[in-house]
Amino acid sequence: MTTFLRSVSAEFAKIFTTRLWWILATVLFCYIALLAGGLGALFAGIQTGVISTDTVNTGGGAAGLGSIPPLIYSFASSVGYVFPVLLGALATTGEFRHQTLTPTFLATPRRGMVLGAKTVTLTLIGAGFGIVALAASVGIGGGVLSAFGVDALLQDPETWLMVGRTLLAMGLWAAIGVGLGALVPNQVAAIVIVLAFTQFVEPLLRVAASFLEVTAKIGNFLPGAASDALVGASIFTTANPAGAAPLDWWQGGLVLLGYAVVATVIGFAVSWQKDVT
Amino acid sequence: MPTGTVIEFKNITKRFGGVAAVNDLSFTVEPGRVTGFLGPNGAGKTTSLRILLGLVGASSGTATFGGVRYRNLPHPLRTVGAALEAASFHPSRTARNHLGVYAIAAGLPRTRVMEVLTQVGLAAHAAQRVGGYSLGMRQRLGLAYALLGDPGVLVLDEPINGLDPEGIRWIRGFLREMAAEGRTVLVSSHLLSEVQQSVDDVVIIARGELVHLGPLSSLDATASPQTVVDSPDRDALAAALTAAGIAFSLGRTGLLAATPDAALLGHVAFTAGVELSALHRQRAGLEDAFLALVGGSHSL
Repeated sequence: MTTFLRSVSAEFAKIFTTRLWWILATVLFCYIALLAGGLGALFAGIQTGVISTDTVNTGGGAAGLGSIPPLIYSFASSVGYVFPVLLGALATTGEFRHQTLTPTFLATPRRGMVLGAKTVTLTLIGAGFGIVALAASVGIGGGVLSAFGVDALLQDPETWLMVGRTLLAMGLWAAIGVGLGALVPNQVAAIVIVLAFTQFVEPLLRVAASFLEVTAKIGNFLPGAASDALVGASIFTTANPAGAAPLDWWQGGLVLLGYAVVATVIGFAVSWQKDVT
Repeated sequence: MPTGTVIEFKNITKRFGGVAAVNDLSFTVEPGRVTGFLGPNGAGKTTSLRILLGLVGASSGTATFGGVRYRNLPHPLRTVGAALEAASFHPSRTARNHLGVYAIAAGLPRTRVMEVLTQVGLAAHAAQRVGGYSLGMRQRLGLAYALLGDPGVLVLDEPINGLDPEGIRWIRGFLREMAAEGRTVLVSSHLLSEVQQSVDDVVIIARGELVHLGPLSSLDATASPQTVVDSPDRDALAAALTAAGIAFSLGRTGLLAATPDAALLGHVAFTAGVELSALHRQRAGLEDAFLALVGGSHSL
C-alpha cells in the first residue's frame, strides 16, 4: 500500500513538474468563461426581454431553453471535458514518447500498480480541472446572469449537486484519457483521436442518433451523452429533437466509468505490459 | 557501505519473431569487480540487460540479483542502479525534478537528488531543463539516476558513449571506485578499448551467444597463439615444419607457426639442421583477440 501511495505521489509530481497542466487549465478557463459568459448574456437577455426575440431568430425562443443557470453551468463538462481527456492521454503517451517508462518501471517494477496510480492521480487532477471549469461557468456565467437580473440559483441545493456531479464527470474523463493513452501510445495519434472524436464524430453521431427513438436510446450510451446524463444538463440534450429520455445520472456515471475501465484494461494488455525497448 | 550481490544470467533466450536475439546466455557477475559486457552492436547486449532489469521478458531462462528477479526486489532502486539509453526523460522537466519524481516513487529522501547530481558533476545544472542538455550531460544524468538509491549493483549500458575525454577519464575512475567499495559493476560496451583500462573481467557475446568469459588477461591467451619463425633458407624450414607436423602459414616477416611453443620450433630447426634468423611469439593485441572472438567482419 505504501508503494502504491508513493506511486500516486510520483505521478502527481510528474504532472506538476511540466508545463502542460497549467497551459490546459488556463485555456480551459478562458474557453468556458467566454462561452458561459457570452451565452449567459444572450439567454438571460432573451429571457428578460433585454434582447428581443424578434431581433434574434431563435425559433423556439428562450422558452425552449428551460432553466438557464444549469445550462450555462454545464458548459464546464459538456464542452470542457476534452481538456481532462487530453491531459490524461498526454500523461500516458508522454511516457512512451519520452521513454520515461524505463526509469518509471525501474523504480516501480509492478506495472499494474503504476497504471493504477496514474489513473487515480489523473482522476483527481481531472476533478481539479472540473473546479477550474466550474469557476468559469458558475463564476463568470453566474455573474453575468445575476447582472441581467436572472436568479443564478446559487442557493439551490440542486445547483451544488450538479457541481459535484460535474467534478465526478471531469475526473472520469481524465481516467478515460489515461486508458486511451495506453490503448494508443502514439501521442500524435492519440491527440488526433481525442480531438476528432470529441469535437466532430461524437456530436455528429449524437445528432444523427437523436432522430429515431431506437438509435436515440443507443446514442445515450455514447460517452459524451453519458457524461451529460451524469451532470444532468447540457446544451446538447436541450437540442435533442426526438426527446428520448436520457440515462439517469448514476447510469451515465457508470457508463463513463465503464469506458475508462475498458480502455485501461485493454491498454494495459496491448502496450503497458509489453517489452520496454 | 552497500554491498554488491551476484548477478546471474541462467540460460536466457529471447526470440523476436523467429529470430533469437539472445540465445541460451549464462554467466555470473561478481561483486567487487568491474565486469565488461562486450560485443558488437546488435549482439544482444542491451536486450540482455533489459531482460535482467525486467523491462523485457525473456522467452526462457532467468536473470537474478542474488537469486531474486528484479521485479521481486523489495527495494529495487536501493539494490540495483541502472543507466540504459541516454534519452529517458521528459525534455521540459529539470534535472532535479526528473530525479525527484523517481526518488518519490522509490521512497528515497529528496536530499539524495542533489547528492547524486553533485556526485556526477551536474549540481550547477540541476535547475536546467533536461531538453537543453548535451549528450555527455545526459549520460551523467543517467548515471545520477542509477546512483539515486546508493545501490550495491550498477548496470550501465554504454555509459561512455558521448562523453568527452575528460568525462571518459572521470567515469573510468568512477567505475574503479565503485568496485573498490565492494559493489557489483556491469558495464556494456561495443569497444573493448573503451573499457579495457577499467574492467577486471570480460563477458563477450556475439550474435546473442556467449563467446568468451573470464578475466581481462584471459583474452590475451585466447588469441590464436602463433610463433614467428624464419630462416635464410625458408624452403628448408618449411620442409622441417611439415615433417614435424606443425601447421604454418606465410607471414609478412617469416613463417607463422600455429603453436605458442617457441622451444619446440627451435628444436625442430636444430635437428633438421636449419639455421634460424627469427624466432618469437606473435603477441596479438587484446583488441585483435576480441575481434577474432566476435567475428571481425561485424561492424564495430
